[in-house]
Amino acid sequence: MHPPLPSPTVNAAASDTEPALRPRPASLADLFFSFTWLALQGFGGVLAVVQRELVERKRWLTQEEFLEDWAVAQIMPGPNVANLSLMVGGRYFGLKGALTALAGMLAAPLVIVLILGVLYTRFGAHPQVIGALRGMAAVSAGMIGATGLKLAAALNKHPLPLWLTVPISVLGVLMVAILHWPLFYILLGLGGLGCVLTYRKLAP
Amino acid sequence: MNPPIHLVLGMGDWLSLFGHYLMLSLMSIGGAISTTSEMHRFLVEQHGWLTQAQFNESVAIAQAAPGPNVLFVALMGWNVGLNAGSYTAAYLGVFVTMVGIMLPSTTLTYVAAQWGYRNRDLRGVRAFKQGMVPIVIALLFSTGMILGGANHNPGTDWPLWTLSIVAGLIIWRTRIHLLWLLAAGAVLGWFQLV
Repeated sequence: MHPPLPSPTVNAAASDTEPALRPRPASLADLFFSFTWLALQGFGGVLAVVQRELVERKRWLTQEEFLEDWAVAQIMPGPNVANLSLMVGGRYFGLKGALTALAGMLAAPLVIVLILGVLYTRFGAHPQVIGALRGMAAVSAGMIGATGLKLAAALNKHPLPLWLTVPISVLGVLMVAILHWPLFYILLGLGGLGCVLTYRKLAP
Repeated sequence: MNPPIHLVLGMGDWLSLFGHYLMLSLMSIGGAISTTSEMHRFLVEQHGWLTQAQFNESVAIAQAAPGPNVLFVALMGWNVGLNAGSYTAAYLGVFVTMVGIMLPSTTLTYVAAQWGYRNRDLRGVRAFKQGMVPIVIALLFSTGMILGGANHNPGTDWPLWTLSIVAGLIIWRTRIHLLWLLAAGAVLGWFQLV
């Protein structure tokens, strides 16, 4: 059914030579329904699904582009996946595309979450419902970790050597997941360090 | 419809709710979930517009539902409206909180992203986007670890952790559709196996 996983070299060649030939959303409707489909698969967060669908299946973005956009989406205020939708939609169809992608991401899930809210008041105490939600949450956690594993491969093509990027990542996990430091300072400190090192490494 | 508390909300209260979410939007670096403690202070402690249970349920239901986590904000608005006595107020609550939390951040991100895309060849822009990549990968691992942590009790949580790790490995190495794994997780949980 699906095309085989692109090897990193093929991917890089495609993005270097002919951007016009790369897959892209066919229309605003395609954009809207693609993002709705993404959102409806995303239990406990949409990020892992975005990477799976937009990078691996549709190939609108390469691994590297996805990571760079995600960095911006993360730094800017606002919900991260909403920011990412705006950026991806805006790239293809300007403001109209940005709003279409965002609407696709939010509309159907908003209706579902309100229905669930009403149902919860009636069935919420049901132990099997609670169990099912717990099982799905555990799968979502694994899903996000797997996305991290896949994207870590992009560090091979990073301007900085692995002996710098890997320790930065490991320190980041330590500060966020173990020490629970405020995200703002981690982004400023470790993120800023990464930016300064990369800036010095890139040719002027 | 039988809300646990009964509120009378005037025009000034709705504007205050809207203004507060506009402000939270600009503070929500790292996602709307990072302003949750501030929402709790405002809605539960300061104004008493939501009960503690309603607040917790709003976050939990949005986590379990498909779609962006920011929708917990819509559920909070919905519950504030229900507490004010009508479904009309509930829809108004959803509108006020969602537009409030989205409008400033969306505008800012769109303008910044367009600027960044036009200037994507500038050394500074490239350094910023590529320089953040290691920390972005770190955030992904961290989110997986925090969500997978559940009750932080290895004695009882090990089946959940095993499920997370097995699901992660399957997704990493195969192209199986994510919905099959979510369904498997739901079935295991339904029969209390995890």
